[in-house]
Amino acid sequence: MSRTGSRGRAGVIGFIVAETSLFAVFVVAYLFYIGKSQTGPSPKDLLELPILGTICLLSSSVTVALGSRALAAGRVARAAAWLLATIALGVVFLTGTAQEWRRLIVEQGFTIGTNLFGTTFYPLVGLHASHVIIGLVMLSLCVVFAYSGALKAVHTERVELVSWYWHFVDGVWVVVFTVVYVVGR
Amino acid sequence: MSSTFVSSDPTAVRDTLQPSGTLAILHDWVVTVDHKRLGIMYVIAGLVFLVIGGVEALLMRLQLAWPGLTLVPADTFNRLFTVHGTTMVFLMGIPVVFGFANYLVPLMIGARDLAFPRLNAFGLWILVFGGALLYFSFIGGDGLYGAGSAPAVGWFAYAPLSERAFTPGNATDYWNLSVLVMGFGTTATAINLIATIATMRAPGMTLGRMPVYVWTMLTVSGMTLLILPPLTAAQIMLLLDRFLGAHYFDTQAGGSAIIWQHFFWFFGHPEVYVLMVPGFGFVSEIIPVFSRKVIFGYATLIAATVSIGAVAMSTWAHHMFTVGMGGTLDSFFAASTMLVGVPTGVKIFNWLGTMYGGKLRFRTPMLFCCAFLFQFLCAGLTGIMLAVAPFDWQLQDSYFLVAHFHFVLFGGLIFTIFAALYYWFPKVTGRMLSERLGRWNFWLLVVGFNLTFVTMHFPGLLGMPRRIYTYPADRGWDILNLVTTLGVPLQALAVLIFLVNVGYSLRRGATAGDNPWEAWTLEWATTSPPPVYNFASLPPINSRRPLWDVQHPDDPDGPHE
Repeated sequence: MSRTGSRGRAGVIGFIVAETSLFAVFVVAYLFYIGKSQTGPSPKDLLELPILGTICLLSSSVTVALGSRALAAGRVARAAAWLLATIALGVVFLTGTAQEWRRLIVEQGFTIGTNLFGTTFYPLVGLHASHVIIGLVMLSLCVVFAYSGALKAVHTERVELVSWYWHFVDGVWVVVFTVVYVVGR
Repeated sequence: MSSTFVSSDPTAVRDTLQPSGTLAILHDWVVTVDHKRLGIMYVIAGLVFLVIGGVEALLMRLQLAWPGLTLVPADTFNRLFTVHGTTMVFLMGIPVVFGFANYLVPLMIGARDLAFPRLNAFGLWILVFGGALLYFSFIGGDGLYGAGSAPAVGWFAYAPLSERAFTPGNATDYWNLSVLVMGFGTTATAINLIATIATMRAPGMTLGRMPVYVWTMLTVSGMTLLILPPLTAAQIMLLLDRFLGAHYFDTQAGGSAIIWQHFFWFFGHPEVYVLMVPGFGFVSEIIPVFSRKVIFGYATLIAATVSIGAVAMSTWAHHMFTVGMGGTLDSFFAASTMLVGVPTGVKIFNWLGTMYGGKLRFRTPMLFCCAFLFQFLCAGLTGIMLAVAPFDWQLQDSYFLVAHFHFVLFGGLIFTIFAALYYWFPKVTGRMLSERLGRWNFWLLVVGFNLTFVTMHFPGLLGMPRRIYTYPADRGWDILNLVTTLGVPLQALAVLIFLVNVGYSLRRGATAGDNPWEAWTLEWATTSPPPVYNFASLPPINSRRPLWDVQHPDDPDGPHE
């Protein structure tokens, strides 16, 4: 059907542009409200650098790329293994976020309603985490299909599109990390 | 049309197995993923909401016809202008614009359907759901606090006014969720259109040969991807404020009273262009056909379209001159707003240049285009006036402003929509609309519109603010308001005549044939109405007017482009 290019690729590019625009507003709101909270606590009091999670998430971009490359070469089992590794790295990242939120909310009593920092922090980080979760669901589907035998080399482009989304989620994390944990702290 | 049966002749299986009758037809329409049917349903939904929003406007105008009337109470008046604005932008403008695009873009580029047909169906039904949600607020909006029914915060729902503290009850939440879900549908459709135009053009249909209308839809789809998600984000923030106690727009906790305005108008202003630029596309298709000439300055027209899209992204804060942004920002947004008038002016010359020296045929679509040229020019001129920040300080939120944007969206957009309805109705239904009723429709609408909206400028200049439900008698506004209201029944009658015309012509209208207007773009190469698969075979595409080339093999367009 497609004569001048892949409609899947065009669609995913459009989707990523729209998502970028969505995240941009949450980032702008975060930057705008840095230091404007009327009460404590401030980011400096609460936030610790999520080093392990960041390393895991960024390296998962490499594993997902290797997975889609393996599939292109027709090595389905190898692709599934790389995708599994990607999922594992994503889960480590999410666990880090979950632990952070548990510490902040349960132990320190810091919520979305505490001050402007809380108001802007949870939606931005939460929006990103929810995108990680959606990515994990998609990657898991790929792995399930790989083991059920449904995933074949002809599906390389679809897995590649999932990997594009995953790279995007990674890229967003670089921005969120910079804004929240470096600039804002 | 998906079928799970495997057969050498799927249509035969379908005919024998599926029940006929009204229910079956309804079922067919509800489950369809065909771009033409979805496009028709989009446009019908838009027209239904045009009538609903029109009735709301009628009620408001009756209340304002004379000082001190008590037809509509103050609270109800606030709800009426809120729901009228939301309806006309999100439930009339967007469905009609994207509905036409649904129908026309694949036909014009010689494609079988949009790139993602099911996503397309999702876009339509989520829009219908969003509309239902908004109107459900009339009965469901009381909510836990028993305050209010429909939303009453204006169509741009400025926070902190729309915060829980100032608008209790659930009416604002219905507005919020309704606009939020409609945004998903519109974004999805925009992605769909971009993917379609980027990858599914017929062989020979290069970007430089695409009809101007397709270019306008490509431009506004790109804009939609950049502007709608920020609105979605702002709506999510408002939801978080209202339900989870966040403080995005809560001035008590240090939140900004202005940032909502920035977020909203970053969407809201380009949105005007998202609605209006496809109107330019309609005009750019219709005027050449009824002037019997090629469009004048195709390349400049495309360049102007894309520049409008680009510049329009940086004009949003001209809605905010009175909030005190300071001289630098005021100057920037005044300049950018005037700048966007330049490519728009270029287009006016493109259309005039097309008509100049042409063999003009004043059929109904062309009449609407001519009225559009005059009215849109006036709208642009008052727009430039309002772009001058000190002038705007005087007239912000006055009826002058209301008259200005109704000149844009009614005198501009709705007139082009009527032109498009008359122009493409034969293609969609196979029947011509009655020219006689069309003329009644046109003249009543022109006279009614100008009576109402030309007059409306003057109470604004005399200081009448918008959104007041009544006014004292001694301000010199009363006769002007009466005249403004007197134009409304004429417009209502015009819309009624259009509906009668549709009903009549569907049964009795003259048979259209494939190409009743002797037009040149691809949608006229197939039958009227087109088959499910659109084209059995495509003519060769060697220029911007493939059908001209077919009819005039001795003088093809290609060498002249």
